[in-house]
Amino acid sequence: MLTISLTHYVVLSALLFSIGLFGVLTKRNAVAVLICIELMLNAVNINLVAFSKYITPLDFTGQIFSIFVITVAAAEVGVGLAIIIAIYRNRLTVDLDNFDWLKW
Amino acid sequence: METSIYAVVAFYGLAATILGAATMVVFMRNIVHSVLFLAITFIAMAGLFLSLDADFIAAVQVLVYAGAVCIMIVLGIMVIQRTDMNETNLFNKQIMAGAGLTALTVAFGAIFAGRTAWVELVAADAVPANTVDAIGALLLSKYVIPFEVAALLLLVALVGAIVLARDEEVQANADN
Repeated sequence: MLTISLTHYVVLSALLFSIGLFGVLTKRNAVAVLICIELMLNAVNINLVAFSKYITPLDFTGQIFSIFVITVAAAEVGVGLAIIIAIYRNRLTVDLDNFDWLKW
Repeated sequence: METSIYAVVAFYGLAATILGAATMVVFMRNIVHSVLFLAITFIAMAGLFLSLDADFIAAVQVLVYAGAVCIMIVLGIMVIQRTDMNETNLFNKQIMAGAGLTALTVAFGAIFAGRTAWVELVAADAVPANTVDAIGALLLSKYVIPFEVAALLLLVALVGAIVLARDEEVQANADN
């Protein structure tokens, strides 16, 4: 049966979320971790918009939520990059393995 | 719910683009190439939102993610990386543990998705043709407090990013 249902979008979103999660856990560059967090947030947006279309098409709950997710993600990228730049100024590196001030 | 052959082809094409570009984001060894593939992922995702009858979200996706976020990350990289860009995006030592945890997440997601009765949840209604009117009315009536809090959050993030990224020595020299 050649049809696109809610399940297709949920599977796509789960796969994209896993790719992002893998990147967050395994990348060494702090900016790359920030990029992979963006991928995870976008996977959530696909889920929200798909649920909005298939489950509550007249309420727009999912679309409103995804607007707020996009807002928070934009704020998060700005502050995250500023923190990385501030750390780079002190340590001259963005390698997460070197960020070990809290280690004894 | 029957779908046209064009919608099916569009979904599979966009899904393949999104997943392929997202994989390249993770596996590229040069961070600038990663951001390039990130932009491709975002634009393909805007197409997917169009196929989900969310034209406003698709426009916001192109403006905010493909426009602002990608440019901001590239500018951040240009400020941070001073040597050549090769080998700037490598894996750390926890790659096997990360792969295992990701596989575990996929497995749990598959289990819980399999136990959910998706067919019973699906509503019979279709999305109205004009979504922007409804979203605008909802944002300024039912969701007005989250809307204002989001504005406050953006202001705080703006000021916080400037304070964090500002170089105090440069500032002191400018004062003299």
